[in-house]
Amino acid sequence: MNIFDRMMSLDRRWVFLLLAVVCVITFVWGFSVPITISDEVEAIYNRFDALQEGDMIYMSVDYDPNALAELHPSTYAIAEMCFRKKVKVIFGTLSNLGQGMVHQAITDITDSVKQDATYNGVFYEGREIQNGIDFVFLGYKPYPAMVIQAMGLDFRVPFPTDYYGTPIDSIPIMQGVKNFDQCELVLDLAAGNVAEMWITYGHGNYGVPLCLAVTGVMGADLYPYLGSGQIFGLAAGLLGAAQIEKLADNPGRAMDGMRIQLFAHIVIILFIVMGNIGFLATRKRHKL
Amino acid sequence: MKRQFPLALVFIFGFAMIIQYFIPHQHSEWVNAFFMDWMMIIGIFALALGIWSLTRVSWDKVKHKRENWQYAIVTLAGLFLMIFFGFDYFRHFSTAVGSDNYMYVHFYQYIVIPIQATMFSLLAFFIASAAYRAFRARSLLATLLLIAALVIMLRFNPLLGPLQPVMEKFSVWLLNVPNLAAKRAIVIGVGLGMVATALKVILGIERAYLGKD
Repeated sequence: MNIFDRMMSLDRRWVFLLLAVVCVITFVWGFSVPITISDEVEAIYNRFDALQEGDMIYMSVDYDPNALAELHPSTYAIAEMCFRKKVKVIFGTLSNLGQGMVHQAITDITDSVKQDATYNGVFYEGREIQNGIDFVFLGYKPYPAMVIQAMGLDFRVPFPTDYYGTPIDSIPIMQGVKNFDQCELVLDLAAGNVAEMWITYGHGNYGVPLCLAVTGVMGADLYPYLGSGQIFGLAAGLLGAAQIEKLADNPGRAMDGMRIQLFAHIVIILFIVMGNIGFLATRKRHKL
Repeated sequence: MKRQFPLALVFIFGFAMIIQYFIPHQHSEWVNAFFMDWMMIIGIFALALGIWSLTRVSWDKVKHKRENWQYAIVTLAGLFLMIFFGFDYFRHFSTAVGSDNYMYVHFYQYIVIPIQATMFSLLAFFIASAAYRAFRARSLLATLLLIAALVIMLRFNPLLGPLQPVMEKFSVWLLNVPNLAAKRAIVIGVGLGMVATALKVILGIERAYLGKD
């Protein structure tokens, strides 16, 4: 077996080992990498940035813990941005394991908002975020397509009470709020086909202004909906989350994780190049 | 009658929901909301069926000591412990109080979240290995796939220096032109297929859902 054969048939454990080493080194070595902003993520940020105090949005956290690393940073950055700007948020989840994560995220963000902070040169005084005044968490109901359609009619159809068991009608933030008509926009943070259900039933049936934050593998599938105007923004994967954090001037785990992803990608590319050099050289030799 | 009754129900409700969609009136909305409630209630029965099925299959595995039966015990223990803690030791059945139960929260945060996150993280290693083996320039189409994958991975890579904006522009073109055209063709094809299948079910041409009896 010559060197080219070896390049083609490297034991996969070497791939695992090298990738693990690179991930650990880049995790421990705390340097930052420049983040380039894409138009589709900037469109999301601009829309949120234009929201005024008292406006209301709907945030659907439709992912399981397996997509937490990619999507949680976007949830944190955007929810904090809304709370700082005194924008009211209706949280919901269409993922059966999403409830605990939303509850945890709300707890963390409300703690964070208690501190004073300056983002993009604007000073925000710390304040107490109150359940029922600044936000409401509707909880989880199964069968996403039906729940989206039902919420389009009235939030009270699928969610007569919120996550904590309080009747919707007795929650101050929900007074005069019937359905998506009272929301400036809907942000769906999704892993799986729930994102397409929001496009079909949320935007298609009720015309909600919709933007998506999705896992990296889903990004390419959803680009057609950007072109058609069915969604106004798209943040895909950890990169999308890092772009949101950078635009919001609130660096978090996504920007931190970008250096690990960047070097992991380089390792994968080097392995692909190596395999192809071996493949092409071997093919040439066989032809001769 | 056993076959005709379900067929009639599907026909009536199928057409009612289609017609309702085109009537923008409050009565029509009420009908829609009423059926939404029904659909969710019926759907929840599927959840109960899933729990029953999982319990039966796992119990059967343990009882007959089939291969890897020990894992079935863990499955059953996980299932029933989460239900037990979720109902707050069976003290709260109809409220979300159970979700605040100490054990329920700890099981979720320190077992479910790390397990799922770890399983998904392992994918990175398998994808790296699969990419190394699969992305070979064997033919023109394979080479195009290889180039597209490299461009997408490198599009925001700052280490490329002056090449990075070029790569970014190329990746935007790839996503917005060839990818968009192919995806739209698939979406339109799937959409038309769904309409055709739905019509076949509503009109009783497609009856596979009724079973064999």
